[in-house]
Amino acid sequence: MTSDILDESPSAIRARERRRAKRVARDERAERKRAAKNGFSNPANPRRSMTLTLVTGIFALYCLFPFAYLIINATKTQPDFTSTFGLWFGHTFALWDNITTVFTYEDGIFGRWLLNTLLYVVVGAGGATVLAIMGGYALAKFTFPGRKAVFAVVLGSISVPGIALAVPQFLLFAKMGLTNTPWAMILPSLISPFGLYLMWIFSEQAVPTELLEAARVDGAGEFRTFLTISLPLLAPGIVTTALFAIVATWNNYFLPLIMLKDANWYPLTIGLNQWKNQANTAGGHAIQNLVITGSLITVIPLMIAFLILQRYWQSGLAAGAVKE
Amino acid sequence: MTFSKSAAGPADVANNQQSSTVNKHRRDWRGWKFMGPFAVAFLLVFIIPIIYAIYISFFEKRMVGGTVFAGLSNYKRLFADGHFWSSVGRVSAFTLIQAPLCLFLAALLALAIDSMRLHGTKFFRISTFLPYAVPAVVSTLIWGFMYGAKYGLVGSFNSWTGLHLDLLASNILLVSIGNIVTWEYTGYNMLIFYSSLSTIPHSLYEAAAIDGASEWQIVRRIKMPELRGSLAITVIFSIIGSFQLFNEPSIMQNMVPGNTITSYYTPNMYAYSLSFAGNQSNYAAALAIVMAVITMAIAYAVQLNSLKEQMK
Repeated sequence: MTSDILDESPSAIRARERRRAKRVARDERAERKRAAKNGFSNPANPRRSMTLTLVTGIFALYCLFPFAYLIINATKTQPDFTSTFGLWFGHTFALWDNITTVFTYEDGIFGRWLLNTLLYVVVGAGGATVLAIMGGYALAKFTFPGRKAVFAVVLGSISVPGIALAVPQFLLFAKMGLTNTPWAMILPSLISPFGLYLMWIFSEQAVPTELLEAARVDGAGEFRTFLTISLPLLAPGIVTTALFAIVATWNNYFLPLIMLKDANWYPLTIGLNQWKNQANTAGGHAIQNLVITGSLITVIPLMIAFLILQRYWQSGLAAGAVKE
Repeated sequence: MTFSKSAAGPADVANNQQSSTVNKHRRDWRGWKFMGPFAVAFLLVFIIPIIYAIYISFFEKRMVGGTVFAGLSNYKRLFADGHFWSSVGRVSAFTLIQAPLCLFLAALLALAIDSMRLHGTKFFRISTFLPYAVPAVVSTLIWGFMYGAKYGLVGSFNSWTGLHLDLLASNILLVSIGNIVTWEYTGYNMLIFYSSLSTIPHSLYEAAAIDGASEWQIVRRIKMPELRGSLAITVIFSIIGSFQLFNEPSIMQNMVPGNTITSYYTPNMYAYSLSFAGNQSNYAAALAIVMAVITMAIAYAVQLNSLKEQMK
């Protein structure tokens, strides 16, 4: 039982772990630079290819032009939308008018939908992330009775279709009086099997067991060890898990469709669809310009989140893929 | 028991599995402190509803006498239900064509981006992934408007060329929906493939190049085997996703003229209309269970076993 590591305090170990991570990152950068200089970035054919770029560019165009359509048409008035060419601007530039109308139409119900969506995302996706972090950590770092059973059940649950759950969920929630309340949206959002899988793999790789042992020997409780040592190491995985949980909740359509009947509790997705359907109801006038502008407003926050947090979620996913 | 000389070295990653099972002989319940919250929520929103669905599928609502035990009659009725089987046929055809196409495109894209031969690798990685962050409602609305023959892009195209293209006609509608789904998920699958490619150590490429391997040989012998691992998870998610097809057709229902998208266009739409418009939730529960069994059986048959092996 001789080990110098046991004599050190967790903070010293953490500091050393940080230094080590820095050193590794520096080495990797140097290695990449050297590889690029030697033409080894792609050894068989190190030169960039215009043809490949063009072919991939066509696919990127396919991915991006609906965004262009969305942005261009958000600047049009309703008559322009139906009469001018879809991929060019209309006679009047009405983007600001459209945005104002979106937020004032029907007493500003769109703002309410936006706040509802935020509520569902913060509590639902936030909760899902916390549960996935703790569950994944438990699966990776503890051998507890029933661990294998948890594993098998969660694995099996990935392939259960949403509808098989949604109908009985609705019936049960209706019995408990939870339908038409935010809980009907939040509770089912709390479970993210994919998040659990990601956090499990990530914990296995990012948290050295020796570090935990050392903290335990020092008498730190499990939760303190978790909060002060493991959580900081798990950061990229947490960002990834959180982003995917946020997308799942922000974009959810089926769940609110069956659970919520009161327009005051709608998230953006259901609200937008209701506006779109207005054109088809008797006496309702088409407000496609508002639908398009509302769609743009719905999409932008997630785009920004993905762009800003790019570095984190990409490294998080890469770590998740190591297992595969 | 001794620890390796420093707190953490590269070798520790491999050792984790071993050292985390050190206390094997003692019953160690500490993990449940962390597993507990997930397990409780999982029980509440996953396990109990599934058991409840199985339970109510054995009952039926009668005009006289209310809800009574009906044995397997819901299931018997389902197996003779033409609407149900036509919807299963439709999503099966959809899955058979859309899923391989989408995964093939995604794998090609991942290989292209990983090849380091593109100008602007970063741009391609993020721009092809962005559609995934768009809600199905919005992507269906955009594509639906563009498909429109009256004032959509297809309309403009028709007036230029004099053709009468109609992407919303009943014989081509499923392809149009497939295009929306492909647009939404190719980038997502690309990212999973790309992540697994990016874990291949560069020294392997160097070694291969020194041995005189061509680029194609590197793709064939090093990259493709690596992709096979992540193929398991993407195939399962694609199969489950397309068998559950609901959002796109249901949102497009009133953008499409006439009654092309029926209330039993996909199994999910049928279950939805049965339980919420038809007030036949017991029958819908039976349908949901049969669909779950079919999906799980197919997913298992295709890939789940290999996935399980990787998870060990």
